[in-house]
Amino acid sequence: MNEREPLKAAAAKHPASSLSRPPTQFFKIILHPLATAQARIDAWVMARVKRQPGPIAVSRHRVYIVPTRYGYGFAVMLLVMLLGAMNYSNSMAFALTFLLAGLGLVCMHHTHANLVNVQLRSGRVRPVFAGEIAHFEVLIDNPAAKPRWSLGLSWPKQPLSEISGDVPALSYASLTITQPAKRRGWLPAGVFSVATEFPLGLFHAWTWAELDIACLVYPRPAAAGIAPPASSGSGGLASGGKAGQEEFAGLRNYQRGDSARSINWKSLPKQRQPMVKQFTETLEQELWLDWSALPQLDAEARLSQLTRWVLDAEADGRNYGLRLPGLRLAPAHGENHQYECLKALALFEA
Amino acid sequence: MIDYLPQATLLRLLAVLALVLVPHFLRLPVWETAAVLSVGVWRALAALRQWRMPPTALKVALTFGAFAGVYASYGNIAGQNAGVALLTIMLALKLTEMKARRDVMVVVFLMYFILVTHFLFSQEIWTIAYLLISAVAITALLAESNHPGIALSPKITLRLGAIMIAQALPLMLLIFVLFPRIPGPLWGLPADAGAARSGLSDSMSPGDIASLSQSDEVALRVTFDGEPPPPRARYWRGPVFDFFDGRTWREGFRGRDEPPPTELLGEPIRYQVTLEPNRTPWLFALDLPALASLPENSRINVAYQIIVRKPVIERMQYSMTSHTRYRMQPELTEWLRNAYLRLPKNGNDKTRALAQQWRAEGLAGEALVQRALQNFRNEPFFYTLEPPMLGRDSVDEFLFETRRGFCEHYASSFTVLMRAAGLPARVVTGYQGGERNEFGDYFVVRQSDAHAWSEIWIEGRGWIRVDPTAAVAPERIERGSARTLGALDAAADAMSRSWNWSSIKYRLEARWDFVNAVWNDWVLGFGPEKQQEFLARFGIREWRDMILALTVGIVAMLSLVGLWALRRSSPPPVRDRALKLWLRAQRRVRRYGLEPRPAEGPRDFAERVIAAQPALAAPMRRVLHAYLKLRYLGASAPELERQLGRAVRALRI
Repeated sequence: MNEREPLKAAAAKHPASSLSRPPTQFFKIILHPLATAQARIDAWVMARVKRQPGPIAVSRHRVYIVPTRYGYGFAVMLLVMLLGAMNYSNSMAFALTFLLAGLGLVCMHHTHANLVNVQLRSGRVRPVFAGEIAHFEVLIDNPAAKPRWSLGLSWPKQPLSEISGDVPALSYASLTITQPAKRRGWLPAGVFSVATEFPLGLFHAWTWAELDIACLVYPRPAAAGIAPPASSGSGGLASGGKAGQEEFAGLRNYQRGDSARSINWKSLPKQRQPMVKQFTETLEQELWLDWSALPQLDAEARLSQLTRWVLDAEADGRNYGLRLPGLRLAPAHGENHQYECLKALALFEA
Repeated sequence: MIDYLPQATLLRLLAVLALVLVPHFLRLPVWETAAVLSVGVWRALAALRQWRMPPTALKVALTFGAFAGVYASYGNIAGQNAGVALLTIMLALKLTEMKARRDVMVVVFLMYFILVTHFLFSQEIWTIAYLLISAVAITALLAESNHPGIALSPKITLRLGAIMIAQALPLMLLIFVLFPRIPGPLWGLPADAGAARSGLSDSMSPGDIASLSQSDEVALRVTFDGEPPPPRARYWRGPVFDFFDGRTWREGFRGRDEPPPTELLGEPIRYQVTLEPNRTPWLFALDLPALASLPENSRINVAYQIIVRKPVIERMQYSMTSHTRYRMQPELTEWLRNAYLRLPKNGNDKTRALAQQWRAEGLAGEALVQRALQNFRNEPFFYTLEPPMLGRDSVDEFLFETRRGFCEHYASSFTVLMRAAGLPARVVTGYQGGERNEFGDYFVVRQSDAHAWSEIWIEGRGWIRVDPTAAVAPERIERGSARTLGALDAAADAMSRSWNWSSIKYRLEARWDFVNAVWNDWVLGFGPEKQQEFLARFGIREWRDMILALTVGIVAMLSLVGLWALRRSSPPPVRDRALKLWLRAQRRVRRYGLEPRPAEGPRDFAERVIAAQPALAAPMRRVLHAYLKLRYLGASAPELERQLGRAVRALRI
């Protein structure tokens, strides 16, 4: 899956040299000239952003700066003040107007300098399940001796998704942007913008960056319901009374098919439903989670179910193995093994 | 969310708002000051105690109430005073709705705007300090509001605000000098624009001029080209009154308003006047000004007073030539002569009787004048700053009963006497005297120098000035008003270097007045003419040159600011020489695709380099050895540094 396709599709929607523009676009240019200009610039720039593992140095050439709405409002206010000063021939009013004009121009440099020369690195990204939210941690390094204030990370065209923070001098800060993880597999962070409007909110300075970070998205676990297949090999769960080393490992709900002898009668009055004694056998209790054990479901549903089984098995503390077409993971237990299994499920290509 | 701003920022916003509004509190109606203060206090409490904001209906009602209140106070919602009042109350009401960033920005921008309105009322020199402090405070507040999350500490924001304003100051000076000034109002001024009315009025009743004697306000400043005239010649002509109703003098109808035929004699005296705004259409000049030297848009009326077309609402400078000897209007028409003889039918009978008695004695013309002045000298008349109140027959009461009065009493009664005796006479008001400022070599005429005197008409000789005050209190004429009296003593003390309080005070006041005069002249008076005059010295004449110089100047200054800002954003320069050389070595090795990893130390890096590029082994080892010695073993031999340098230079295949 080429992650650039959505971007290219978007860029294709507004081709630069199109001769026949649809009427809606024409009105858009008339009504919002600045917005369309900025959108064009952004599309052009984003198509040229290279994905880098980082650290990405935000140099002068990569920082763009435009006035904000408030910057234009400020300019209008200055114009009104200037006209008033000219009308009343008031020298102090001229002085204040020119002072504020100077302030606005100086602010442009301050805003630019607030962003320039930071470095972006990728931080930690924890895997999530499909349907949950992926968190991408971006580390911002400030090599200068002055702190950076109010740097904001956001996705393109989603100004409300901005997360801002300060970066102390000669140090770094961690900011996390989120994205919903819809499908399983690798979710790359994609292009995001680092922007600032500090100190006066009159100018918006930003840069586009694409770090080489991706979030591993596991399949969404199915709802509990279907029991895992009975394990191959000797010694199933409900064998009961078998010779061999058996340890009492707790109670679980009675399921159809369990032998009546394994019911724990002592706990029945308390629990009001039959509970079955569970035994762990260190030797031959293997659970194989098999792709072929679910012929009635489609591929994705099978993956979901397998995910659920993996999670349950891990929670139960059992050894489990995974068998997929083209992949076989020996039974084991523990976080690493769970990770391997889930990763395999996430990246499985039918 | 009730508030966009954190609580600390909101409280600081209220503090800055108070700073910005304080000077207006003295000018606004009382109800408005009370309203603004109460809204501010309520808002602070609402922030501290988490009260709810008022519902929309109440806000709308308050808005209407504000408009109604301003209209009730000023009769208008446009115009200078009403506009400022409206702006202030709207800003206060905006405090009740600050939910989004947009609201906060609007409030801050309004604060900047209110700063400008202060200067419509006062532009004195201390306002520069107020301007800078307020600008820094508002900028700091703006910086704080643009930092979402926890509020920044005031130390950081104030420092940032101060730095930005300091960087904007040179730009301000540059644009102030170079921005082309366009003369005159662009769309006209509202009726109440400019300064309030002060000083002399267009009528004179007993007590009017005395009330001005307490005011130290400057009326005009004069610089003479040559030798200044003596005090007894320093009469500054103002409104002339010829209609008396028994108590008050006013300007009567005089027919065609042209300058009377006048002959100016003697040597001309040239001078420049800086007139403070007084909202009247009068310009003041030494008796009598020459027609040819009148400033633009002004004319001389039938009473030889200089009138301008529009009232003087801002400080005005003009040059003038006067002659202290003249023959004004040697002929009077019958109609005019009667006008200058007219008295009300009834009232002031004793005065008329006295005048008739003198007529009966055969006195006429000059002799009559001398007789009247003698009367003032011989009878117990007193010149006092606090004359008793007079009733309906003001002249009678003054001449025969109270006999205590100020210049207007004397002038008025003298004129009435002359008219009753058949000599055409009129009252002239204006200023007399003026205090010399040694530092700037100019004269200051204050409202306390306001004076009233009389003019009588003699066939063939025209109007002749007669100042009855000179008969009663000659020192007033020779040495000036009571205030000047004190100043002259203090000046004498100052000259003799004696250090009592009054001489120090005098020195400071004189210096301060001089500074003020320069400020008025060069900064506040920086109009199109002054700008052209100033810039011509640098060879900039056309407005095109001005714009060019301005652009070049702004670009130059902004590049400096930009360079400064970039330097602050860059990593601090490496000072350690050994480290510098090591970094240079790293840069050379980068050519071969070898970058130090973040957690890799110099030794590991060097080993990796040697493993990847065996040809660099020998120089790399030398570099490593020297560098480690210098950096980590504390060796500081210059020889070692040179070795390191040589080794770094040798780092190539």
